[in-house]
Amino acid sequence: MMARTIDFAQGWRIMQIGITKLEKHVEGLPGNSINSEQYIKLYTTVYVMCTQKPPHDHTEKLYNKYCEVLEEYTKSTALPSLRKTYDDEYMLLRVLLERWSIHKKMVRRLSRIFHYLDRYFVYRNSLLSLEEVGLACFVDMVYNTLQRRVREAVIAIVDKEREGDDTGIDRALLENIKDIYVEIGMGNMTRYEQDLESFMLEGTASYYSRKASRWIQEYSYFDYIRKSEECVKKEKKRMSHYLYASSEPELVKKVEHELFVVYANKLLEKKHSEFREIAGGLEPITNMFKQHVEDTDGQDTAAIRKVIEVHDKYIVYVTKCLENQTIFHKSLKEAFKFFCSKAVSGSSLSAESLATICDRIIILKKWASEELSDEAIEKVVKFLAYISDDKDLFAEFYKKKLARRLLLNRDASDDHERGIITKLKQQFGGNFTYKMEGMVTDLTLSRQNQNSFDEYVASNPAAKPGIDFNVTLLTTSVWPSYKTFDVNLPSEMVKCVEIFKVFYEAKHKRRKLTWLHSLDTCHINGKFDQKPIDLIVSTHQAAVLLLFNTRDQLNYTDIQTQLNLSHEDLVWVLHSLSCAKYKILIKEPATETVSKTDVFEVNSKFTSRMSRVKIPLSHVDERKKVVEYVNNDRRYAIEASIVRIMKGKKVLGHEQLVSECVKQLSGMFKPDVKAIKTRIEELIARDYLERDKMNPNMFRYLA
Amino acid sequence: SSVAQISFPHLEAFVRGGTLSSSMRRSSAASKKKSDSITSSTTDLFRSGPSKATSKEMDRIDHLFNQYANTSSNLIDPEGIEELCSNLEVPHTDIRILMLAWKMKAEKQGYFTQEEWRRGLKALRADTLSKLKKALPELEKEVRRQSNFADFYAYAFRYCLTEEKQKSIDIETICQLLDIVMGSTFRAQVDYFVEYLKIQNDYKVINMDQWMGFYRFCNEISFPEMTEYNPELAWPLVLDSFVEWISEKQA
Repeated sequence: MMARTIDFAQGWRIMQIGITKLEKHVEGLPGNSINSEQYIKLYTTVYVMCTQKPPHDHTEKLYNKYCEVLEEYTKSTALPSLRKTYDDEYMLLRVLLERWSIHKKMVRRLSRIFHYLDRYFVYRNSLLSLEEVGLACFVDMVYNTLQRRVREAVIAIVDKEREGDDTGIDRALLENIKDIYVEIGMGNMTRYEQDLESFMLEGTASYYSRKASRWIQEYSYFDYIRKSEECVKKEKKRMSHYLYASSEPELVKKVEHELFVVYANKLLEKKHSEFREIAGGLEPITNMFKQHVEDTDGQDTAAIRKVIEVHDKYIVYVTKCLENQTIFHKSLKEAFKFFCSKAVSGSSLSAESLATICDRIIILKKWASEELSDEAIEKVVKFLAYISDDKDLFAEFYKKKLARRLLLNRDASDDHERGIITKLKQQFGGNFTYKMEGMVTDLTLSRQNQNSFDEYVASNPAAKPGIDFNVTLLTTSVWPSYKTFDVNLPSEMVKCVEIFKVFYEAKHKRRKLTWLHSLDTCHINGKFDQKPIDLIVSTHQAAVLLLFNTRDQLNYTDIQTQLNLSHEDLVWVLHSLSCAKYKILIKEPATETVSKTDVFEVNSKFTSRMSRVKIPLSHVDERKKVVEYVNNDRRYAIEASIVRIMKGKKVLGHEQLVSECVKQLSGMFKPDVKAIKTRIEELIARDYLERDKMNPNMFRYLA
Repeated sequence: SSVAQISFPHLEAFVRGGTLSSSMRRSSAASKKKSDSITSSTTDLFRSGPSKATSKEMDRIDHLFNQYANTSSNLIDPEGIEELCSNLEVPHTDIRILMLAWKMKAEKQGYFTQEEWRRGLKALRADTLSKLKKALPELEKEVRRQSNFADFYAYAFRYCLTEEKQKSIDIETICQLLDIVMGSTFRAQVDYFVEYLKIQNDYKVINMDQWMGFYRFCNEISFPEMTEYNPELAWPLVLDSFVEWISEKQA
């Protein structure tokens, strides 16, 4: 049976009734929605109208009608409600969201009725699907006219939240708004990126640009950084509500740019001036420290302790409050170096004075007023490493001091020294402490050797030294070099030396013994008129004094011929015995200086409250020697480093070579550019390097 | 084997007596070594078959050589060079004599070997004394060409190395050498540098690198402003100190 043909007007009347019902229902107005029976009727009507033979095929007309209906619907419902002005941003967004969801619902329902169009007509004619028509309708009529207001509203809400005003913040709303952009883009992010993200980024940038320009003037450097870091953190959290995660890197970049990059120079200036203020704040302590160091009564240990305490305080500040950033650590270090160097009467807190401070602490076994603990030692060592650039120089001075402690301070404990050396090793590495360890080991071995020597003497009647004789054996390569000045030893000592030589050479055939009399200590029993006094003297002093065992009076020349000492050395020794604090010898004439025509005799009236007196020999200035020695070492180190670098690179520019060299050596010392230049020139002269023929700032390695 | 060493002396002004005499003492040992290599190159020269004209020219060059050469050593020695200079009417400290040595590629100060003599005079197309005299101004022009001068400048330094393994030259000689070689072109620089070298205590000798550094300095740095001078670059240290010294002086 042939179906009855439906003409368009007739068909559309049926449709119109259904559509009106649908509209009312979607808008939430009273009245029933279409039930499934009606739905089938509508669908069938569309189907029939589309499948009738021409000229009764109304497919195209229906498609156009569908579009018309949606346009009309949007124009009469969504648009008016959104065109209204709202008091606050939320209202607008809420209405938008509501309209959007109603619109979606409407399109869904309506397109189901017209579904048959989608199946063939749309497909064959490459038209927009029914749903796409619905979307386009909304985009064209609502979205395009409203989107500026929408994003302004979003930005305003976010800005409000940034200001800390979170009353009535509707995060879910914002999250839904951002979804609209993707839905309208049919899952494509382009609309989101162009219409929301880009404006949000801009808005964020301008917000922080405004903030930064104020903060940079109002806040201190620390506060600014703290505030800014906090902002970045909060911004990351906040953005997850109104933007997708894909926008985060770009957003963070924008915020950081406005807060940090734009003001980088200003911040640096601020930082410097403020750190100078910190250093300035340390002024009272600086002065105290200065006084302590200048005061050579050994109180400087207390001063350095104070400095370290201050340092600890600021370190906490840096780690806790400034997020442990290297840049602040560096500044703190600079500040401390600056004020440590200012502390010591204009001259810097040099490697030498640092070694001296260590020496004091160790000898006194005291850390200010407290007992010296391992922890305290560690602190000192760390601090020294921290403020000293010339580690090699420090090592050399430390070795000198260590030698004195080991040889002259009998009560110094090896364990103690070892403990400190271990700390130094942790701080500076094994190369640095290798010789120091050797020195301490020598002392231990010497004690063992002394025991077997004592046994040897006891069991060997032929070997009678006649006096107590202790020998300390030092390995030449690990100890600082000492001047050996020959002196004709008193016969008693010669005998001791001979016996020991026989003993030692029997044990170690190939070793050569050199006697360092300048490091000796002798105990001499002086029989003075009032009471006998033990004199603790050096070998040279002893040699002089023992001459008076056989003669009451000796003139300078006699002494010199018998001892065979140089004039300079002899004057030095005689001065200590006749012109210094303890006048063991009486000099004729009794002047303050020793001359070649002087005559000496024992001061038998000499006496002291003590039964034992140490007669010091003033020290020769070793400083120059040490510095020279270290400079020499540095020359080799620089050359070795240059050759190493050039061997690897073959061709290298001057600047890179210098900076690479500084880098390589920075563990031990800070080589000065001039010194490196000199070494480069030296290596050119010795044909290790050559200047590039075309570029004189380039060096080539000659294998 | 007959070639051996012809040479001649000169440049006493550049060289202190001591250096000169010691270089003379060494000559016998050194010449023995050299003669072998020179013989072979001479043979090669003849194998290639010179034309009549060139061989005639060569004869005249050799003839001239023999006029000044010491018959026993077959070298033009310092005395011979002095005689040559007076015949050329040029003081023996004149830069042109140094240029002549450069043209000959003379190796040993104060001496010209026959091979060197031939090389130089042939290149100058001079086989008589008067031709040689006329060739000198041309030679000077040639040397002063930018492309040659650096080579000549370096040669002047090497020429003053008279001892085996000697790599540097004492300040006094350097000052005289600078005056001769650079005096006419960079008067102010040379005067200042010589003054500086004489009062400083850090350097007793100057090596090739420093010597070439000064050449670069003269050519690249405007004087006396020295605005282009950058001590961060790889200038030899002696120039850094020199520039510092001048700046202090100017200030």
